[in-house]
Amino acid sequence: MSATADVLRSSRNGPETAAFDVWRVREDFPILKQKIYDRPLVFLDSAASAQKPRVVIEAIRYRYAAEYANIHRGVYYLSQRTTQAFEDARTKVQRFLNAREAREIVFVRGATEAINLVAQSYGRTFFGEGDEIVLSTMEHHSNIVPWQMLREQKGVVLRVAPINDAGELLLEEYEKLLGPKTKLVAITHCSNALGTITPLPEVIRLAHDRGIRVLVDGCQAVPHLKVDVQELDCDFYVFSGHKLYGPSGIGVLYGKAELLEAMPPYQGGGEMIISVTFEKTEYNAIPYKFEAGTPHITGAIGLGTAIDYVTALGTERIAAHEQAVLAHATERLKEINSLRLIGTAEHKVSILSFTINDVHPHDVGTILDREGIAVRAGHHCAQPVMERFGAPATVRASFGLYNTTEEADVLVTGIRKVLEIFG
Amino acid sequence: MFDLRELYQEVILDHSKSPRNYGRPANANCQAHGDNPLCGDRLTVYLNVQDGVVKEIAFEGSGCAISMASASLMTEAVRGKTEVEARGLFKRFHSLVTEAEPADADDTGALDKLTVFAGVREFPIRVKCATLPWHTFTGALDRRVDMISTE
Repeated sequence: MSATADVLRSSRNGPETAAFDVWRVREDFPILKQKIYDRPLVFLDSAASAQKPRVVIEAIRYRYAAEYANIHRGVYYLSQRTTQAFEDARTKVQRFLNAREAREIVFVRGATEAINLVAQSYGRTFFGEGDEIVLSTMEHHSNIVPWQMLREQKGVVLRVAPINDAGELLLEEYEKLLGPKTKLVAITHCSNALGTITPLPEVIRLAHDRGIRVLVDGCQAVPHLKVDVQELDCDFYVFSGHKLYGPSGIGVLYGKAELLEAMPPYQGGGEMIISVTFEKTEYNAIPYKFEAGTPHITGAIGLGTAIDYVTALGTERIAAHEQAVLAHATERLKEINSLRLIGTAEHKVSILSFTINDVHPHDVGTILDREGIAVRAGHHCAQPVMERFGAPATVRASFGLYNTTEEADVLVTGIRKVLEIFG
Repeated sequence: MFDLRELYQEVILDHSKSPRNYGRPANANCQAHGDNPLCGDRLTVYLNVQDGVVKEIAFEGSGCAISMASASLMTEAVRGKTEVEARGLFKRFHSLVTEAEPADADDTGALDKLTVFAGVREFPIRVKCATLPWHTFTGALDRRVDMISTE
């Protein structure tokens, strides 16, 4: 019996009230059973990409094995069934983010493509020379480089809101950057390198008070937090499916309908048109206007299943479990004198970045790997934040819904081994 | 299971903690910068080459234990060698860290201390760490001053 089915079955009591049994949840993830170098796999890199529950793997297998055809094209049974499943997935995303309408959900390859889409469609149309875009020090490269490309094209100016030593956004400094020329704030919901949760309600209110649009990079938030785009009132929200226990190659751009409608298409091709002659092409309505070509059909459907899965487990119960593991792991890591935690914000998701005196993160990663522990070692595609803390690289352990406090203990034992080797 | 001590041998740990020939020699007449963007290893190799002989070699930089020890041991190994000898040494070193049965097996004696890196071949992802200093060194020999990258 899978945990999801179990939760679904007992949903009369409300999934939020049932206990979160992580050992049962782990049964849903076939990959976690294996051994690496004869050690049980301890997977602590979900912030890079999460593992997939059986229901997601099965949904994709079923789609290809039993019910697959191109969507929005055929008049025949299989095409209609696939189209229905694809559009159902869109509705699942809409409900997951609490968007007003399903047409505000655009399927893209991932958060990176979503940000590029907004930069090239919205930015290129509505921003000009000297207009300003405010980012934060904590941004992933994917929320920096698309705006630098726009800077090359349109002469926009990028301003960067700083953070304190704990890795928290300095709201006052941020507010000072918002001026008459600011057109957009593009900011992460949660830092992938530090785990910091950005105070979005204040960030968005301060921007909206001045008529500034806000794009939120939600990649590291959606696996951990309940997100309500109407309550946040953000203008754009983007995330990738593969960090939310769904397939890679699929992601979501949420945009307020009136903004998406005002934006020109990002790519041209099939699906995004109503009629084409060599003289003139009439574009399709949103969201199809932004979905040129055959999309990642099974990816979207798999993402929909992943959303069903986390919803059935309960976002709040997942968060409570992860926060307990984070608190335990943080305490245990603090026992190690030569370890420096990087990112000690008061409000964090379950990401722990650290360095160890005189041992390079890459060496830590290699030694932990031989203990069966998968962590990320490097700059986490967030070099500006690494520079902020004077560390070219860190070790990052990130905890997903399937990780346990026992695994945090294994990590600590692994770090002791590193210290032993490096004496 | 492969023992991590095979990778992190005492000689390697010693050289990574106390690198030899670290710094920038005043008489350098060529240099190159190397960068491994995957893990953030970066170093600059400085050479004084005269009449085809590496008279002086030193390096500066930061990175993992493997890359720092490799750079340190490399400086000791190539100082005083001719360009041709040094390039030949890199070839054997490369073979040592990448191939199960290194080429010129009879010849590995010439690698001397560098044989401590034999364990690297069990860690393919770390080969770049060990070879970055050498790529940078040969880049400097080529009188290239632009960036050397392992990517």
